[in-house]
Amino acid sequence: MLVSPVTEAPAPGAERAAVLALEGIAKSFPGVKALDGVRLSLHPGEVTALVGENGAGKSTIVKILTGIHQPDEGAILLDGQPVRFATPHAAADAGVTAIHQETVLFDDLSVAENIYLGHAPRTRLGLIDWRRLYAQAREMLARVGAEIDPTARLRDLGIANKHLVAVARALSIDARVVIMDEPTAALSHKEITELYALVERLKAEGKAILFISHKFDEIFRIADRYTVFRDGRFIGEGAIADVSEAELVRMMVGRSIDAIFPARAHETGDEILRVEGYSHPTEFDSISFSLRRGEILGFYGLVGAGRSELMQALFGVTRPSAGSVTIDGAPVSIRSPADAIARGIVYVPEDRGAQGAIRALPIFQNVTLPSLNRTSRHGFLRLAEEFRLARDYTRRLDLRAASLDQELAQLSGGNQQKVVIAKWLATRPRVIVLDEPTKGIDIGSKAAVHEFMAELAAEGLAVIMVSSEIPEILGMSDRVIVMREGRMVAEFPRDGLDPERLVRAAAGIGTKP
Amino acid sequence: MTDARIVPDRLDTRASRLLRSWEALLLALAVAIFIANAFASPYFLDPWNLSDATFNFTEKAMIAFPMALLIISGEIDLSVASIIALASTAMGHALSLGAGTPELVLIGLGTGLICGAFNGLLVTRLGLPSIVATIGTMSLFRGVAYIVLGDKAYTGYPEAFATFGQGYVAWVVSVEFVLFWILAAAFAVLLHVTSFGRTVYAIGNNPTAALFSGIRVVRVKFLLFLMTGLFSGLAAVCLTSRLGSTRPSIALGWELEIITMVVLGGVSILGGSGSIFGVVIAAFVLGMVTFGFGLMNVPGIVMSIFIGVLLIAVIALPRLIARLRPHRHA
Repeated sequence: MLVSPVTEAPAPGAERAAVLALEGIAKSFPGVKALDGVRLSLHPGEVTALVGENGAGKSTIVKILTGIHQPDEGAILLDGQPVRFATPHAAADAGVTAIHQETVLFDDLSVAENIYLGHAPRTRLGLIDWRRLYAQAREMLARVGAEIDPTARLRDLGIANKHLVAVARALSIDARVVIMDEPTAALSHKEITELYALVERLKAEGKAILFISHKFDEIFRIADRYTVFRDGRFIGEGAIADVSEAELVRMMVGRSIDAIFPARAHETGDEILRVEGYSHPTEFDSISFSLRRGEILGFYGLVGAGRSELMQALFGVTRPSAGSVTIDGAPVSIRSPADAIARGIVYVPEDRGAQGAIRALPIFQNVTLPSLNRTSRHGFLRLAEEFRLARDYTRRLDLRAASLDQELAQLSGGNQQKVVIAKWLATRPRVIVLDEPTKGIDIGSKAAVHEFMAELAAEGLAVIMVSSEIPEILGMSDRVIVMREGRMVAEFPRDGLDPERLVRAAAGIGTKP
Repeated sequence: MTDARIVPDRLDTRASRLLRSWEALLLALAVAIFIANAFASPYFLDPWNLSDATFNFTEKAMIAFPMALLIISGEIDLSVASIIALASTAMGHALSLGAGTPELVLIGLGTGLICGAFNGLLVTRLGLPSIVATIGTMSLFRGVAYIVLGDKAYTGYPEAFATFGQGYVAWVVSVEFVLFWILAAAFAVLLHVTSFGRTVYAIGNNPTAALFSGIRVVRVKFLLFLMTGLFSGLAAVCLTSRLGSTRPSIALGWELEIITMVVLGGVSILGGSGSIFGVVIAAFVLGMVTFGFGLMNVPGIVMSIFIGVLLIAVIALPRLIARLRPHRHA
C-alpha cells in the first residue's frame, strides 16, 4: 500500500470523533499477558468488527470495556476524556452495554421486567409503575422490531427473541456503545437476518457497535471497520472496504509458529477406533472417522461447532441418536463413562473445574478416582497402591506440588491440568480424547502437555485432540478434521495443512451455508 | 531431560491433622460437658444413670451414620422419622395379625428398605431435589401411619421383642449401646477405608467430575437412600421395642435431631466432607446435653434453644475462621 506517513489520509469514519477509544491497554493475569499495548476505537453510527483467534484477547477487551476488569496500563477515552470504569455499573452509566453469547437475563421474570430491571419506572410512592413499564417495554420492543408480548415470561421465548430482549434492554439504558460478542453463535439463518436488520437500525440511531465474530461472511456483510488482535497485541485496523478476506485471515493467523512443538515421527499403527454415521438430535450429524494407534487426530472448529458434544457422546455422557462405534474391529455400546473407561476410551474435558477436577480432594485421590478398582482389593482402599500410582503418573508429567496429599485447589491451573491428565493415563487407556488440553494454562505447562502428548502417541496411544488454537493443531496433529455447525466439513492430512485453509473451512468461507 | 522433582506423598502426619480437626474440638467439648454434668448433678456419674443416658442417642445415631454418608454425597433424607412411624405401624399391624418376633423385625427392616427405595427412585429416576422429595415422603409416610392408627395405639409386643430396646448384654451395657458401636465401626470402615466411601466423597464434591471419572453416580446415591431407609427401619425396631407400643406420633421431629447430630459432627451440609468419628462424638455430646439438662430439671424449651444455638455456631464457626484467616494461594 502506498500510504505516506505525512498525508494521514483520514480513515473512513474518522471524520466523526470516536465515542470510545482505548489506547495502550495492557492487562496481565497470573502467568499470562492477555493484552499488551492494544488500541481500539469505536465511532458513532459504525460497526467495528474485532477479529482474532481464540486467545487473541477479545474477551479481555470486552471485560475491560464493561468494567469487569481494570487495565494495568493505558487509557480509556470517552468523548476524548479519560475515564475509569471501576465497576460494571460505571460502564453502564457511561452508556456502554454488552450483549454476550449467553446474556444474563432472568428466565422467570417477564420480558418487560427483564428490559427495565434496575431502572423500572416508579410511581410517586416508589413502587414499580406497571402500566408505564409495559407501555415503555412495548415501545422498546417495537424499536428493535420484535413482536414480543412484554408480559410474557422470558422462559417461554426462543433464543433469538431472548437476544432481542437483551438488545431492547441495552437500548433502554440509552447505550451509546453496544458490544455484541458472537451474537449469532446460537441463531438460525432467519434469525441472523433479523439480527442484521437490527444492527442496521442501531447504526442509524448513531450507536457505536463493537461486533465480535469468527464468521467472515458476517463481518464483511455488516461491519464498516475492522481491528485485528493476535496474541494480545494490536495487529492492524482499517475500513472493511479496503481489505480482502485473505488479508484478514493472514493478519489473524499470520505468525511464524513461534511456539516450539516436540518433534514427532508421525508413524501410525493399526486402526483402533472407527466411528460411523454418528449423529445427535441437536448437536452433530453423520460423523464418521477412524483413528490409528500412535496417531494424533486434531479436531478444529469454531466454538459451538459440536466438537465437545461429539466427544462427550463417544465417552458415554450423552446418547447419540444414530451411528456405531467399533474398537479393534468389534462393535461396542457405550452407555456411560464407566463403560467407556472399561473399553479404554477416556476423555479429558475442556471445563477442568466443573468436569475434570475434584478440587477439594487431595491430588492422589484425584488421580486414582477412575482406577479405584485397581488400587483397591475386595473394595478396600490400599493407600500405598494409590500413592504409588499417583507418584508414577504425576512424575511423568513433571507435576509441581508440595505433596501428593495437597488439595488440588491449591495448585496452579497448569498443574491441575497435569493431575487431570495423569488421572486418565493411570487408567491405561487405548484412546485418549483431550478437549482443549492447554486452554487457560501458562506457557511452561503448555509445553509440558505437548511434549507428553507426543510421548503418548510414540508409545502407541491413539490421541484425539480438540483444539481451537491453530498453532497447537498445526504443531501436534497427524491429521485434522474440521467441524462446522455439527458436521465434518474438511479433513486434511499433515502435509496438506495450512492455517488459512483451516480457518476458511471452519468459518465457512467460500462455501454456501 | 526432565529431572523430575520428587513430590512427597504427605507432608503432615495424619495424627497432626487430627489434632487440628473439628473432631478434636468436638471431643474437647464432649469432655467439658461430661465434667460439667458431673459437677452439676451428684447422680450423673452413677453407672446406671450413664447407661440410661445412652438411650438418648443410640437410636438416632443408627440413622445418623447412613445419613452422614447421604449428606456427604450431597443429598439429604428428611423422611427418616416418618419411616420410623410407618415401620413401627407396619410392625404393630403385623402384631395384631399374630406375627412373632422374627417376623416383626423383618417387617420393620423391610418397610424401611421399601421407603428408602421409594425416596431413592424419586431422587435418582425422577431427578427431584432430595430436600423436596423427602419433605413430601415425610408427610406421606407419617400420614399413612395416622390413617392406619388414628388415635389408637398398638401395644402388647411379645417379651422376646423387648430385647432390642430394653435388653442388656452385660451389667449396664445395653443391646442398643453395643449395636451403636458395631454400626459406628461398620460405617467408619465403609466411609473411610473402602472405595465406595471414596466415591461418596467424590460425588459430594463434584458430581459431574465424578460421573466423568466413571463413577456410577446414580447407583451410589440410590444405595445411600436404601441404606438410610434400612437403618431407619432398624431404629424403628429398637424404639418400638423400648417403648413397647406404637403410636403414629412416634419419633416426631427426630429428623431434625438426626441432621443436627450429623452436622454437629462436622459433616458439611453442602456435601463433600465429614467423618463418622465426628458423628459418634456429636451423638455423645447431644445425648449428654439432653440427659444433663434433664437431671437438672431444665425445661425442654431451653434445651431446644441450646441445641439451636449450638447448631448455628457449628455452621457459622468455620466460615468466621475462614474470614479471619488471611487467604493463601499457591
